Amino acid sequence: MRFPSTILLALAPLAAVAQTVPAPVPANEVFAREEIGHALAEPTPQAGRTAPSAANAPEDDGQWTMPSKNYASTRFSALTELTPQNVKGLQPLFTFSLAVNKGQEAAPIVADNTMFVVTAYPNYVYALDLTKPGAPLKWKFAPKPLPASQGVACCDVVNRGGSVSNGKYIFNTLDGQTIALDVNSGKPLWRTRLGNINTGESITMAPLVAKGRVYVGNSGGELGVRGWITALDENTGKLLWKAYNTGPDRDVLIGPGFNPPYAMDRGTDLGVKSWPPQAWKIGGGNVWGWITYDAELDTLYHGTANPGPWNADQRPGDNKWTAGIFARDPASGTARWFYQFSPHDEHDYDGINEQILLDMPFAGRMDKVLIHFDRNGYIYIIQRATGKVLSADPFGPVNTSRGVDLATGRLILNPAKQTKLGQVVGNICPTASGAKDWNPSSFSPQTGLLYIPHENICMDWMNMQVSYIAGTPYVGANVHMKPGPGGHRGELTAWDPVRRAPVWVDKENFPIWSGTVVTAGDLVFYGTMDGWFKAVNARTGELAWRAKVDSGIISQPISYRGPDGHQYIAVLSGVGGWSGVVVSGPVDPRDGSAALGMVNVMSDLPKYTTAGGTLYVFALPH
Amino acid sequence: MCSPYRIELAGLALLVLAGCNKGPATDLPVRQLGSRAVIDSALTAGLSRSAVSEDPRAALYYDNAAAVNTGRRLFGQYNCSGCHSNGGGGMGPSLMDDEWIYGGRLEQIHQTLVEGRPNGMPSWGGKVPDEQLWQLAAYVRSMSLPATLAAQNGSTPSQAPAPVPREADDHAGWSPPPNTTNDYTTITTGPQ
Repeated sequence: MRFPSTILLALAPLAAVAQTVPAPVPANEVFAREEIGHALAEPTPQAGRTAPSAANAPEDDGQWTMPSKNYASTRFSALTELTPQNVKGLQPLFTFSLAVNKGQEAAPIVADNTMFVVTAYPNYVYALDLTKPGAPLKWKFAPKPLPASQGVACCDVVNRGGSVSNGKYIFNTLDGQTIALDVNSGKPLWRTRLGNINTGESITMAPLVAKGRVYVGNSGGELGVRGWITALDENTGKLLWKAYNTGPDRDVLIGPGFNPPYAMDRGTDLGVKSWPPQAWKIGGGNVWGWITYDAELDTLYHGTANPGPWNADQRPGDNKWTAGIFARDPASGTARWFYQFSPHDEHDYDGINEQILLDMPFAGRMDKVLIHFDRNGYIYIIQRATGKVLSADPFGPVNTSRGVDLATGRLILNPAKQTKLGQVVGNICPTASGAKDWNPSSFSPQTGLLYIPHENICMDWMNMQVSYIAGTPYVGANVHMKPGPGGHRGELTAWDPVRRAPVWVDKENFPIWSGTVVTAGDLVFYGTMDGWFKAVNARTGELAWRAKVDSGIISQPISYRGPDGHQYIAVLSGVGGWSGVVVSGPVDPRDGSAALGMVNVMSDLPKYTTAGGTLYVFALPH
Repeated sequence: MCSPYRIELAGLALLVLAGCNKGPATDLPVRQLGSRAVIDSALTAGLSRSAVSEDPRAALYYDNAAAVNTGRRLFGQYNCSGCHSNGGGGMGPSLMDDEWIYGGRLEQIHQTLVEGRPNGMPSWGGKVPDEQLWQLAAYVRSMSLPATLAAQNGSTPSQAPAPVPREADDHAGWSPPPNTTNDYTTITTGPQ
């Protein structure tokens, strides 16, 4: 069919709307897993069965009271009604509009037959009565965060969820408040302001509640915000302690009890000395991801985010204590050990992803380990008591480093992919958002496998000089992302931590930005950015069921037992987040550098989905 | 005298605003900067041209190649690019399309820079020299010019900003004259 030339002319500017996704990075640009993966000992699977301890993962009561399901953060549901055989009959039972069309990253919470959901900004909280048909609203709470907080949220105005504890629903707001609501009435029992948006500070993470304390950390690593973690009294909201992740030891709560496993982390005031003068004050190291409580060892673990600015030329040194993980005493906040995944990070590899606490066979005996999937591309298996790295293996495309030196603990950098001022360094893998971002993995004690939702994205990067202006971005990099080898942008990897290898990998067109949940029926549930909610066989990866929802999924699905005894699966739709802001945000796909370079690799997402925000609950017809 | 209808008194705007600025509601940092206070904006459709006050200071920055090039440099130096990227947005909205929440005339963009906006745009009045705010406004206005968009080479736009033609803002707020703003009518096709 021929168009008159005038129409063709009119169409000309429209063609610009759909930018093409760049070609994938060639496979020979990244290192093979066998080449750069290391362990202190050969696998000894015969030494025991991998599982969380009862203290960290008590028997499943069918509820889902915290985003991570339990302290071990397994996100494993012991419910067995749904199986790979019958899951084809799974149907939506009810939906509920969240009235917010921004990225929904939260996990629905189920306690006492009530479901609680917190939305992206303006952080509405809904409580739904699961005992009645259609799950009617019990109450809605609107915290009214400061509108200007939207302007200091680096990567969409997301919220990663709340927790129920002792009759309270506890969550954070984008403008830096922690609020406890009465679960029955929705009335605030206390609200504590922790962040100051005028300095660029915001809060997007899900608070962790354990042992009568609420643990919260700040966001703002892209605005020169100094990172901290704090503990509040669960009953009053009163501040108990606060530890910074940069600066002098007294601020970091480093004292005589600090025993880091490697020499690189020993010394006085490294949080000052490993920076240019004063740079630690605006150096990031935020806590916007997952905090984990170990009930067995009575220890808190939390990652620290990237150092600021992204332009590493402006901050020579190791930039302690950013891009690493702390173990702290939960009562006092005092640091017990620290390990730095990415000393002097040059690629925005925040260390804030989840840690899963397991007892696992290693070197012929059972060891208490935490498993951390870092943005730098490695699965770290770390001894919880000491911080020592037992193994580090790549699970995504990696060429920024050549493995971890397990004698010194140090990441072995690849000089060819180090970033430079005023010069584009091409085909850097993984990308700034990492081989995997914040969205959490799950672990099944039945299969012994970890289910890792992650990305296959690389990037081009150029450092640029940047000045610090309070409350504005402090980044200093021009980034353009591109697909990793193979061209698919997402992967769901089932990983065997004992044998240090993937068992199966499912490819996705778009990066997987949702969490996973695994059930005792051997199903793994996750969502895609183009709006599919899927269940795959936990042993084979084979697709068992899928449903199309109104918008892309970047949230945390859950599995719970309803008041009628049946198994239910709940998830929020609502695309957005850093990777989805090209749909949910005011972003133009013609600028590949937009959204910190993410738009370059996501410019086709608007073809597949639109902004939304809906709670979906599925069950077998009964 | 500080009624919302003061826009109709465009001819007296200077006087009126000087009076209003004694009150706390409009006591903005810009007042300290120079001869003129807050600019009236035409944010609603259908206003006649005469109802829009024009800021005489804007005239210097039309048809001014130096202004947009300096603006481009300042856009990076003041971290504007941190939120708005190279015009495509991110933390802040895109500036290269034809959607203007608070008005897209040069003086309206300048006003946004001076005052800030409630959903996260900081206020720069009194913090950045006023001439630089005008240069930044000219660069931002240039981003959506057809000439600037046509000059985009690769995936980084707004690197060769065209000067802002006077006629680009020769309108009262509903729609710009033809060929002075990109007609970014979006039709998104589904996956092939």
